[in-house]
Amino acid sequence: MLSIKDLHASVSGKEILKGLSLEVKPGEVHAIMGPNGSGKSTLGHVLSGRDNYEATSGSVEFLGKDLLAMEDIEERAREGLFLAFQYPVEIPGVSNMEFLKASVDAVREHRGEEPMDSIQFMKLAREKCKAVNLDDKFLKRGVNEGFSGGEKKRNELMQMMLLEPKLAILDETDSGLDIDALQVVAEGVNAMRNKERSFVLVTHYQRLLDYIQPDVVHVLADGRIVKTGDKNLALELEEKGYGWIEQEVA
Amino acid sequence: MSDFAEAAVALSPQNSPGWLGELQQQGRNEWQVTPLPTRKTEAWKYTSLHPLSSGDFLRWAPAKNKFTDVNRLRPFYAIEGLDAARLVFINGHFNAALSSSDFAEGLEVLRFAEADEAQRQVIQESLGSIADRSEHPFAALNDSWIEEGLFIRVAANTRIDKPLHVIYLTTEQAEAFSVQQRLFVELESGAELSLIEHFASTEEAQNSFTNALTELRLQANARLHHYRLQLEEEQALHIGGVHVDLQRDALYDGFHLGLGGRLKRIDVVVNHNGSGAHCDLNGVYLPRHEQHIDYHTCIEHRVPHCTTEENFRGIIGERARAVFNGRIHIHKDAQKTNAQLNNRNLLTSREAEIDTKPELEIYADDVQCAHGATIAQLEEKSLYYLQSRGIARREAEVMLSFGFINELINRVNEPALQDYLRPILSELFVEDAR
Repeated sequence: MLSIKDLHASVSGKEILKGLSLEVKPGEVHAIMGPNGSGKSTLGHVLSGRDNYEATSGSVEFLGKDLLAMEDIEERAREGLFLAFQYPVEIPGVSNMEFLKASVDAVREHRGEEPMDSIQFMKLAREKCKAVNLDDKFLKRGVNEGFSGGEKKRNELMQMMLLEPKLAILDETDSGLDIDALQVVAEGVNAMRNKERSFVLVTHYQRLLDYIQPDVVHVLADGRIVKTGDKNLALELEEKGYGWIEQEVA
Repeated sequence: MSDFAEAAVALSPQNSPGWLGELQQQGRNEWQVTPLPTRKTEAWKYTSLHPLSSGDFLRWAPAKNKFTDVNRLRPFYAIEGLDAARLVFINGHFNAALSSSDFAEGLEVLRFAEADEAQRQVIQESLGSIADRSEHPFAALNDSWIEEGLFIRVAANTRIDKPLHVIYLTTEQAEAFSVQQRLFVELESGAELSLIEHFASTEEAQNSFTNALTELRLQANARLHHYRLQLEEEQALHIGGVHVDLQRDALYDGFHLGLGGRLKRIDVVVNHNGSGAHCDLNGVYLPRHEQHIDYHTCIEHRVPHCTTEENFRGIIGERARAVFNGRIHIHKDAQKTNAQLNNRNLLTSREAEIDTKPELEIYADDVQCAHGATIAQLEEKSLYYLQSRGIARREAEVMLSFGFINELINRVNEPALQDYLRPILSELFVEDAR
C-alpha cells in the first residue's frame, strides 16, 4: 500500500523529516504517536503534496506508483490518498454540498465512473451525515463555516466516507473531541476498515486507540520513526510519556 | 467647456412634455457651469470619460428597433420564477406590450407623459430633490435631457408583495446613441417595496451610452429592498446614480451588482435624514478583459442614531480595472452613529488593478465606526484543501472566486433573483478559468 524509505523533507527550507521509513500493508491500521514538533503533521502534508512541503530525498511508493512524482495535489487524492486535516479550512460562500459533490465527481471521473446525479448524491450525503451524527443542515452551510471543532472533524470523516480512499491519514482527528464525538469517529473508521483499505492515525493520545485497535504503533521523534511495536506500546507511552524513548534512542 | 460637454447639452429631448422645461433648464445651467470631470477631478481620478469624448453617442435611438416581434426580447431580461410586476424600456422608450398594466393596490406607477395636472406638480417637486446636481454633473445632464421617466409611489402602511421589476434594455443600433433613464420612488410612511432595476442588453455589439438617475425617498418607517443589476454587455457605456433619502426609522436594503465595460461608473448616495434610519448596502463588481468599473458610494449621516452596514466585494480579472471609493460622512449632530464599511477585492491576474479608498469623515464624538479594505489573491490553504479532495486547481479557483461573492448573493432577499444571478456569475468565472 504505502512504502516510505528514508524520507527527508523540509518545510519552507527547514528540514523536519530526517530519514523516515514506514511500511503499511493493505488493510492495516497504523498509529503514529510522538511529541509535539516531531514531524507528525508534516508527514501527512508531504504525502498529500502541499506547497512548500518538499521531499528532498528518499522515496514514497503508493500502490506501486511513485507518489512523489505526482505533482498535483488533486492527482494524489484521486489515486486514493485521503488526509483528514487537523485544522479543516473554512470556506464561506462555497456550500458544503457543492464542495462534496465536486470532490466525489472528480474522484469518480478518475476511476472511470459516471458522475452521480444531484438527487442520488443528496441522498447519499444525507446518509453519511447521519452516520457521523451531523445534522444535514450542515450540507447547506459554507464548507466548515462556523462549525465547532467537533463538527469540523465529523465533516472530515464524512468526506472520507464519501470518497472511499484506499489510504486514509487522520491527522489528530481525535484532538479536541469529547468522548461521544470520539466514539463517532472511531465507529466511522471501524466501519470502513476492510482488507484493502489502510489507515494511518496520527495522534497524541492513546485514548483513540481504545476504540480503534491498531495493528502497529510507531513513535515518531525528531523526524524519524524511533520505535515500533504493537498496541501495547501505546499503553506504555500513555503511562510513561515520551522521555524514556528519547533517552533510549539517544 | 469641452466639445463633448457642449454637444451633450445641445442634445435636446425628443418629445419632452413642456412642463418639465424648467427642470431641463436648471440641469442645463448646472451642466454648463460645471467643468466636465477630468482625471484631475478628485472623484474621477481613476475613471476617464474618454470613451464619451468623441460625442458619437449624442443622438437618441429611434423608437423602432430590429426586434419587430418584441416577445423575442423577453429572454434577455426574464428572471425565471420571479413573480413580479414589470416595466420595460427599450433604448429609453417605454414598451407597453412588454409591461404590466395592472398593479397591486397601493402601488402607483406613473409615467411622466401620463401625469395629470396635480401629478405633474408632485413630480416636479420630487425630481432633483434628492440628487445634488451640483456635486454630480451627470445628474445635471440627466435633468437637462429629461423626457420619459417613472414616478412610483407606495401608499402609507402598504406592503407590496410582488417585486417591481424595471427593465432597461438596449439593443444594437446602426448608429451609437444615448439612453436617458429617470426613476423616482416615494415610499410613504410604513410602506414596503422590493424594486429590481435591471440594465441589460441584447447582444455583444452594443453602442449605447446610458445615463440613469434614480431617486428614492423613504418616509418614516418605510422599507425598500433595492436590487440594481447592471448586466449590460461590455461595449455599453453606463453612468448611473442612486440617491436615497431616509427619513426616521426607514430602512434601505440595497444590493448593487456591476459587470465591467468600456466605461461604467455608478454613484450611490444615501442620506440619513431621520434618526433611527438603517442602511444595508451590499455590492459586487466583476470586471474582466480590459473592462473598467467604478463604484463611488457616499453615506451622509446627518442625524443621530442611524446605522450603516456596507459591504462591497470585487473580483478583478485579466487586465481589468476597478475603482471603489466608499465615503462615510458623519456630521457633527450625528451622535450615536454606528457605521461599518468593508471592501474586499480579489485580483485574479497580475495585470488586474483595483483602486480602493474607504474614507471616514467624522465630526461627532460619540460614534462607532470601522472601515477597511483588503486586496488579496485566493488563499493557498483553501486551494490546498479543495485539491486534497481531488478537485482540480482551476476548478478550485473557480469555486473559491464564486464563493467569495456568493456570500453577498446569499443576502439577496429574493430567492428567484439568487437563482438567476448564480449561474450568470459562475459562468463568468468558468470563462476566466479557460
